[in-house]
Amino acid sequence: MPNPKRRHSKTRGRKRRTHYKATAPAASECPNCHTAKLPHRVCPNCGYYNGRSIIVPKNS
Amino acid sequence: MRHRKSGRKLKRTASHRRATLNALATALLRHKRIHTTVAKAKETRMVVEKMITRAKNARKADASAAKVGASSERAKKFIEAGGHARREVARFIKDRAVVAELFDVIAERVANRPGGYTRILKLGQRYGDAAEMAVIELVDFNAGQEPVAKKADKPAKKSAPKKKAPKKAKGDAAKAEATAPAEATAPAAQ
Repeated sequence: MPNPKRRHSKTRGRKRRTHYKATAPAASECPNCHTAKLPHRVCPNCGYYNGRSIIVPKNS
Repeated sequence: MRHRKSGRKLKRTASHRRATLNALATALLRHKRIHTTVAKAKETRMVVEKMITRAKNARKADASAAKVGASSERAKKFIEAGGHARREVARFIKDRAVVAELFDVIAERVANRPGGYTRILKLGQRYGDAAEMAVIELVDFNAGQEPVAKKADKPAKKSAPKKKAPKKAKGDAAKAEATAPAEATAPAAQ
């Protein structure tokens, strides 16, 4: 099996990893309560989806 | 490879998977709306839609048999009850009351719907294992209905004294109902 000939410096590895980035989840506005929510999901704040109450949120 | 093989394994053996889906299908037909993971909801949809179609077609057969006239009283009774379709569905739905509900109530209610009897709504990720959760419901039984606030009165029970808790829960439920019907009636027409 081929193996690395030289040790890889910390800088080299870190430079490569500068491109590892977390992306923010997409957000959409709930048409009922106007809070940010995940798209295509029932709003966790008011429990509405498509103009209809789907669930009763726990903290209401 | 699983190329062109439909269905999810749900990390179960075949028998365990069948048992899970039977249980989910029974629960959905009984309660008309259940809360589960998206993957299980989608699998349940595959099972339940076929069952409802079978029940619906059995009702159609019933109507045509009435026209032609069954050969005997016994045959007539058999066809009226759903015939062979009912027996086949009963292999999966072990609760007789639910089978009866499917053939008598649900099949009638969905008679004019060309498939698509269920609706899956995503709820977001579950705390604990981050599984995507969903509500699966029968479309014709959940038009503009208010969900029942079951969990709302649970924390109240723990902290507040007994007299206060039910009152508070009632107030919350009444509030939710007061705001909802106005908006809920509009999508009911769809």
